[in-house]
Amino acid sequence: MLKLSDVEKSFTEPDGTPLPVLRVSNFSLGEAEQAVLLGESGSGKTTLLHVIAGITRPDRGSVEVDGRDITQMPESVCDRYRAAKIGYVFQTFNLLPGFSALENVLLGMTFGQGGADPARARELLGRVGLGKRLTHKPGALSVGEQQRVAVARALANRPKLLLADEPTANVDRGNQQHIIDLVRDQCRAEGVALLIVTHAIEVANQFDRVEHLAEFNQAGQPQAG
Amino acid sequence: MSLWKIAWRSIQQRSLSSLMTGLSMALGVALVVAVLVVLGVVKDSFTQNAEGYNIIVGPKGGSLELVLNTVYHLGRPQSTLPWSYYEEFTEGKFAPSVELAIPYCLGDNYEGYRVVATTSDLFDKSEYRAGQKYTFAAGHNFADEAFYEAVIGATVARNTGLRVGDTFEPTHGLSAGEMGHKHDPFRVVGVLDPTGTPNDRALFISVEGFFLLEGHSLDKPSDVGTSNDMAASAAADEHDDEHDHAHEDGHDHDAEHDHEHADDHDHDDHAHEGHDDEVHDEHEHDEAVETTAAPAAANSSTGEDAADEHREDEHDERDHAEDGHDHDEHAHDEHDDHDHDAHDHDAHDHDEHDHGHGHDHHHEPLPKELREVTAILVRTDLTGGLTIPKVLQRDPRAMAVYPVQEINTLFEGLVGNLKLLLVGLAVLVVVVAGVGIMVSIYNTMNDRRRDIAVMRALGAGRQTVMFVILFESLLLSLVGGVAGLLIGHGLVALLNPLIVAQTGVSIGFFQFQIVELALIPGLIVLATAAGIVPALAAYRTDVSKALGDAP
Ligand SMILES: Nc1ncnc2c1ncn2[C@@H]1O[C@H](COP(=O)(O)OP(=O)(O)OP(=O)(O)O)[C@@H](O)[C@H]1O
Ligand SMILES: [Mg+2]
Repeated sequence: MLKLSDVEKSFTEPDGTPLPVLRVSNFSLGEAEQAVLLGESGSGKTTLLHVIAGITRPDRGSVEVDGRDITQMPESVCDRYRAAKIGYVFQTFNLLPGFSALENVLLGMTFGQGGADPARARELLGRVGLGKRLTHKPGALSVGEQQRVAVARALANRPKLLLADEPTANVDRGNQQHIIDLVRDQCRAEGVALLIVTHAIEVANQFDRVEHLAEFNQAGQPQAG
Repeated sequence: MSLWKIAWRSIQQRSLSSLMTGLSMALGVALVVAVLVVLGVVKDSFTQNAEGYNIIVGPKGGSLELVLNTVYHLGRPQSTLPWSYYEEFTEGKFAPSVELAIPYCLGDNYEGYRVVATTSDLFDKSEYRAGQKYTFAAGHNFADEAFYEAVIGATVARNTGLRVGDTFEPTHGLSAGEMGHKHDPFRVVGVLDPTGTPNDRALFISVEGFFLLEGHSLDKPSDVGTSNDMAASAAADEHDDEHDHAHEDGHDHDAEHDHEHADDHDHDDHAHEGHDDEVHDEHEHDEAVETTAAPAAANSSTGEDAADEHREDEHDERDHAEDGHDHDEHAHDEHDDHDHDAHDHDAHDHDEHDHGHGHDHHHEPLPKELREVTAILVRTDLTGGLTIPKVLQRDPRAMAVYPVQEINTLFEGLVGNLKLLLVGLAVLVVVVAGVGIMVSIYNTMNDRRRDIAVMRALGAGRQTVMFVILFESLLLSLVGGVAGLLIGHGLVALLNPLIVAQTGVSIGFFQFQIVELALIPGLIVLATAAGIVPALAAYRTDVSKALGDAP
């Protein structure tokens, strides 16, 4: 499902010296597999998710998503591939403020091949418990509700892989569990692989597979040590 | 969800700023519309005055002058054509392709309003605007056979107080300042409804009556169209009043003595007193100067009393007409002293007699060969419209002009540059509104960056987010533009009664100028230009950074 080989990514510091952030020789995720990714702040978790999503191009290596290496694709093809294969939930600012909950979900569909499917959008919002909040704008929803809309939207195009970058960082504990359950249940129901970044240890403990970025990211190690 | 809808949501999201930018665009476009409509109205108000006929025939000369003389009652006709030209259109060689020909004989005014001598066809058969016939607010058309009947325009009726049944005395000369002698009275039989054309400001009399007035015919059958008072007085007016008087038969006395319009009262004093020789010499001289194209002018002053004698002998009918005031019912008498007396009756003597009637019978029409015509309004069929002006090109005396074409040329010449300037300014306002749209979108690019990044993360391509921004600019411009069109036309429609009252041109809400069609592509280009800078910024957005989840 997901396979990273010899991926390297470094940024350039303001003074011009290169800052290696990622060096992953091997990382993979199976079909519908669910894994949690742990790491220090600044260790490159977000950068890794961006590379997997094709938002950031690695300097080297290949990123295979559902059998195709996205690093070899022209950007526009990659954009479309992302729309079709990858759902993404951010820590904050997931939703476009000008669009209702339903429209935010439909927006995710707009860029995919299937086109907007209001029935599925409603159904998804119903499944995340927002069946009665369809026309609310993000400003009228709680942060937890917003994240649930984001989950629904990430699943709208029936992706193969869902990336979630600390989706519960701004949510209280009760809601945190609710959202984690939701994401896991929905991914299971739709057969979607899940890679989730979290700081919360109680969340990480629920997963069968827990990956410590530091363990497979060689970029951070020399400096760390 | 379409990109348009995405763009529209973004506009809604920033409703206040969108409203402002859209409004500025609307006002700009409304301004353009207003300018275009006003210019269109002005132009229409110019050209519509010459609708109802397609050709004006007149003596060779300035074609614009001819149009101004006949359509607008402005300027002065320089000369005239023999009546036979008119007949070419009614029964002669042009007749087959002519639907309507209306003669205009100019030369008189009443309180400064032009008196147009014409036939009843003007009101019976012609239209003052496409599809609009003359209608009467009161009374009816004059009858050609009733020599001293008149129809007056709405403005004239309002400003002079003349009503049906009233009489008025046309004054020789084309404007009020000219102290020409007064003519026989005409009785108003009809008052026209307002037409919004210059004809509202004119009085119309039967051409038959006109010809019987003093000074309104050729002097002699032989010198057809050369020297005659109608043309000569018109020509003379151009120079100064003195000349004018000089031509009115005996009036040259006054000219001679420079009596400052005293003619009406005491010119007899001079007229009789042996000045004749001198006077006639002077007269002769004057005519030679004034009507340069009139070698036969001399004929009217071949001898001391010859000129007046001619009149006496040959135009006793007319003499009767002018002397009628003096002698009332025994008007047909011959009077030897006419040539001296005739002119001093004009002003005062009229008052002492009742002229409204008494003319209507026992008048004989002026023989055709003595008649002349200032201009002929002609409505032709298609072939006539093409061939008649060509044929007349070869005519030594007459010419035909297309009034609408002349008016358009005049209009472009008068206001062409002004029009450009006004339209240019209005367009500039629209461009400024376009810059406003650009600035407002560009200023919100920071807020948008995250939205754009989210869309990109959801799989939107660079072009897609670029188009969303472009569409936003287009929507603001077009919605603002359409609102501006509605505002502009709404305003115009609201002000329509005012415009109609002022110009006679009526503009409905849906009366669009063809140029306005250019507004839409123009706005599209403008909006694209305005949106392209922020759109390119959207195109270049660094998604990873803009998502805000990476430092
Ligand atoms: N666009 C960039 N330019 C330069 N340096 C960057 C850029 N993005 C990230 N970095 C650096 O790369 C490193 C990894 O950043 P990243 O955001 O992936 O960490 P993270 O593990 O997600 O941290 P956090 O848990 O705080 O979100 C950081 O040291 C960061 O400063
Ligand atoms: Mg991060």
